[in-house]
Amino acid sequence: MLQLIIHYLHLITSTLKKNRKRTFLTMLGIIIGVSAVIFINSVGAGAQSLIFNQIKGVGSNLIGILPGGSEEDGPPASVMGIIITTLTNDDALAIAKQILHAESVTSYVKGTGTLHWQAQTADSSFNGVSSSYIVTEETEVGEGRFFTEDEARDLSRVIVLGSQIKEDLFGDQDPIGQTVRLKKENFRVIGVMKPRGTAGFQNYDTEVFIPLLTAQKLLLGIKHISFMRVKIDKEIYMDDSVEQIKQILRDRHNISNASEDDFSVRNQAQALQVLGSVTDALRLFMAAIAALGLLVGGIGIMNIMLVAVNERVREIGLRKAVGATYKNILWQFLLETTFISFFAGAIGIILGIGFSFLAALIVRQLDYDWDFVVSWQSIVLGFSASCAVGLIFGIYPARKAARLEPIDALRYE
Amino acid sequence: MPLIKITDLCKDYANDGVLTKVLHHLNFEIAKGEFTALMAPSGSGKSTLMHILGLLDRPTCGIYELDGKDVTKLSDDELAELRNHKMGFVFQSFNLLPRTSVLENVKLPLFYGHAPIDQHDELAKRALESVGLEHRLHYLSNQLSGGEKQRVAIARALVTNPEVIFADEPTGNLDSKSGGQVMEILQTLNQSGRTIILVTHETYTAEHAQRIIRLKDGEIVSDEKVRDRKTAGDGLIK
Repeated sequence: MLQLIIHYLHLITSTLKKNRKRTFLTMLGIIIGVSAVIFINSVGAGAQSLIFNQIKGVGSNLIGILPGGSEEDGPPASVMGIIITTLTNDDALAIAKQILHAESVTSYVKGTGTLHWQAQTADSSFNGVSSSYIVTEETEVGEGRFFTEDEARDLSRVIVLGSQIKEDLFGDQDPIGQTVRLKKENFRVIGVMKPRGTAGFQNYDTEVFIPLLTAQKLLLGIKHISFMRVKIDKEIYMDDSVEQIKQILRDRHNISNASEDDFSVRNQAQALQVLGSVTDALRLFMAAIAALGLLVGGIGIMNIMLVAVNERVREIGLRKAVGATYKNILWQFLLETTFISFFAGAIGIILGIGFSFLAALIVRQLDYDWDFVVSWQSIVLGFSASCAVGLIFGIYPARKAARLEPIDALRYE
Repeated sequence: MPLIKITDLCKDYANDGVLTKVLHHLNFEIAKGEFTALMAPSGSGKSTLMHILGLLDRPTCGIYELDGKDVTKLSDDELAELRNHKMGFVFQSFNLLPRTSVLENVKLPLFYGHAPIDQHDELAKRALESVGLEHRLHYLSNQLSGGEKQRVAIARALVTNPEVIFADEPTGNLDSKSGGQVMEILQTLNQSGRTIILVTHETYTAEHAQRIIRLKDGEIVSDEKVRDRKTAGDGLIK
């Protein structure tokens, strides 16, 4: 058995060496297919990491509370732009008081408007938030300071600018202490946020922050809030806290049945899981498309092996005449295709990793938080798929070769 | 006991529904160590007969006993095994593997046999020595002359130490000098006890054998001892 394997390996390598160009062309389909699988998988994982890193940038121990009820997995209506007024800052204060593990609770209202300073203007979305905002969102002020709890309570007209807005309005000048106008009201600039970049579809650097009450009363004329975020001190308390928050809100809103909830409580970790499963499915789908390339490569191998069998009919006849059995010939050709696709797979994997690394390098140059990930699963998949393709598409030509009658093969011209 | 015993053997071919009778109820025996020539004009069934005797083809009817055992009912794998260690083949067109070294060509049958792999080189070299080609081991088959190619083919047929060697028009593609060398080798092999079955349409070549079986239209027309046996080197063979 061992001597047969050695003989086959010797035979295959010498056959392939004699037909270098053809061997390379046979491999090409598999090489492209496998490297595409690896590359697409890696880019998919990189994109996933980009999204996750940005979401984690918001903080992962967060519980989000939105007005309006919803199905467990679906989005609440408020996300669609429907205004629901069931949630107030008093709810937030109650939660802050009653939830033991709440590190901070922040209420949000949102609006858009144009900022004016001297002759400069900048479009921005403004956030009315609690003074706990920077704790909840784990973000920092670059220059100056954020507003205090007292300022928030006193309806102060103070504003903290996103780094991009500051750049647009003031350029190199110091904005602290300057007065800007937003919706016909004057605000004193007390701070500028550190650059934070984009998360999802939101660019934090073009936002401005004013006290919640100021935004509600002066700019929007409303009493409800858009949503609230609760930061829990430890991840293990997340699930309990979600249940407690639901109970508090039901008590406050006089709701006896969970199906009548006029709010939705969402755990950030759950959101990540949902997003993860969606992007996983997407990656799998893309890899499946890339695997189609492998199929085409396999058909290429089959074609070329059929030609090779025809060219080697006399060789097959001779081998049979000197004692080769059906199985001997079958294995010779089957191993040949498997060998070709195995090597093509190896080359494809190396190329795929190389391309993925290049892509990651380029994206990182563009200043994105992109991980270079090549999962061992994709390597195993690439290898086994290429070997399987070689085996499957090798069977037909190999059987054709092995079935030749020695006498017909020897007579073949 | 004869090495080969043929009883009532026939072979038909069906081509597009038309039945062609190639061999008609043949009966003969070949003893161990005999040098027999099967002689016939082209197309009279001598190659078919050799293929059946060499277990490359199966008869339509009749019995073929090899070493006293009927081989017509054996499986393909059993036939392959018998071909490997009991038989050697020499073809008119050599059938060497192209762009492969002489040594590798001669070793080929060993890989389908039972000899341990570390002896393959030694066995192949010995076979090549017996045909006078020990200096050509690492030549590629396409670098050889026709006569040398046929001697490599004979070495390949010898390498498993078979009982019987089938030579199908072995001198057909050779000039007379190379043909003479090939016949000389076959006669030497026969003298050392090996059974040789030679297929030819040339009377002169056939007369190197001890016995000539003449076929015509698939039937044996004569079966006789060669009275004036030729010895290779005597004259030119074509």
